[in-house]
Amino acid sequence: MTLSIVLLGAAALIGIGLYGALSQQSFVMLMMGLELMLNGALLAIIGFWSLALGGMPEGQLLAILVMAVMAIEMAIGFALIVAVYRKRQADMTESIGTLKQ
Amino acid sequence: MTDLLVALLAAFAVWTGWRVFRVDSMVRASFSLMLSFVAVGGIGVLLSAPYIGIATVFMMAVEMMVMAIFMVMFMMNPAGLNPMSMVHQHRISIGAGLLAALALGAAVLLSPLPSNPVLSEADVVAELGHELLGPSMLIFETAGVALLATMLGAVILSSRQGRFGNSDEGSRPPGLTPEGEPAGRKPEGGGGHHHHGGHG
Repeated sequence: MTLSIVLLGAAALIGIGLYGALSQQSFVMLMMGLELMLNGALLAIIGFWSLALGGMPEGQLLAILVMAVMAIEMAIGFALIVAVYRKRQADMTESIGTLKQ
Repeated sequence: MTDLLVALLAAFAVWTGWRVFRVDSMVRASFSLMLSFVAVGGIGVLLSAPYIGIATVFMMAVEMMVMAIFMVMFMMNPAGLNPMSMVHQHRISIGAGLLAALALGAAVLLSPLPSNPVLSEADVVAELGHELLGPSMLIFETAGVALLATMLGAVILSSRQGRFGNSDEGSRPPGLTPEGEPAGRKPEGGGGHHHHGGHG
């Protein structure tokens, strides 16, 4: 029962994050969507570890790895945003359409 | 009782996550995301993962403060006084998000979930420590090296001085009107056509 509640919450967070990552034009808001998806993954990992794995320590390790992924994603993401802004003065996805060519 | 608290916190996490894309100011959006993470950390504490839960709260509080600074740098609507909506491919995104949430939710509801909860007397934090510095040390250390590489990469990517000169050389701010004069800083020179010997 608790596990179902937690996993449903995680599914909703991943859905909202996917919506944000696909729909937002501003790079920073797009990254909020990515973070929200990782938030859902973290919630699902905590739920599974606590209620279905009998406390295997590897589950907590996986949660720590997800947190490391969040930190890496944010640092490299903001570095890329700053680099693109330096080069193109762009802070919206539409402004770098020439990358398609 | 725990069920009720977990359900409330999960609903709060989802609601604040939804608010991220509905508020009018990006700073409010980043604080809303922080509240969502704090709710997830609270669920971790309730579900006998105190270290993970508290680490999530601490890490996300700091991360969202940094995020708020970047929001102030890049946002176009600082005070949130007028409605902000900067979206593209809106219908596809709504469809994809709904589809992902419904499919995952259906998978949760339709699959037989195992039930094997953590024993209440288990010393989970000590177990995690022994795991991190024991059998899974290589994984943990790899995460450390990846974070170091991230630091180097972030500095290199965002540094103004590149290997072949300034990284913003020849960049041109967007015009106030399409094809119009740049709004802010004027581009210097003509982008490589004039070779004055003097400067530099």
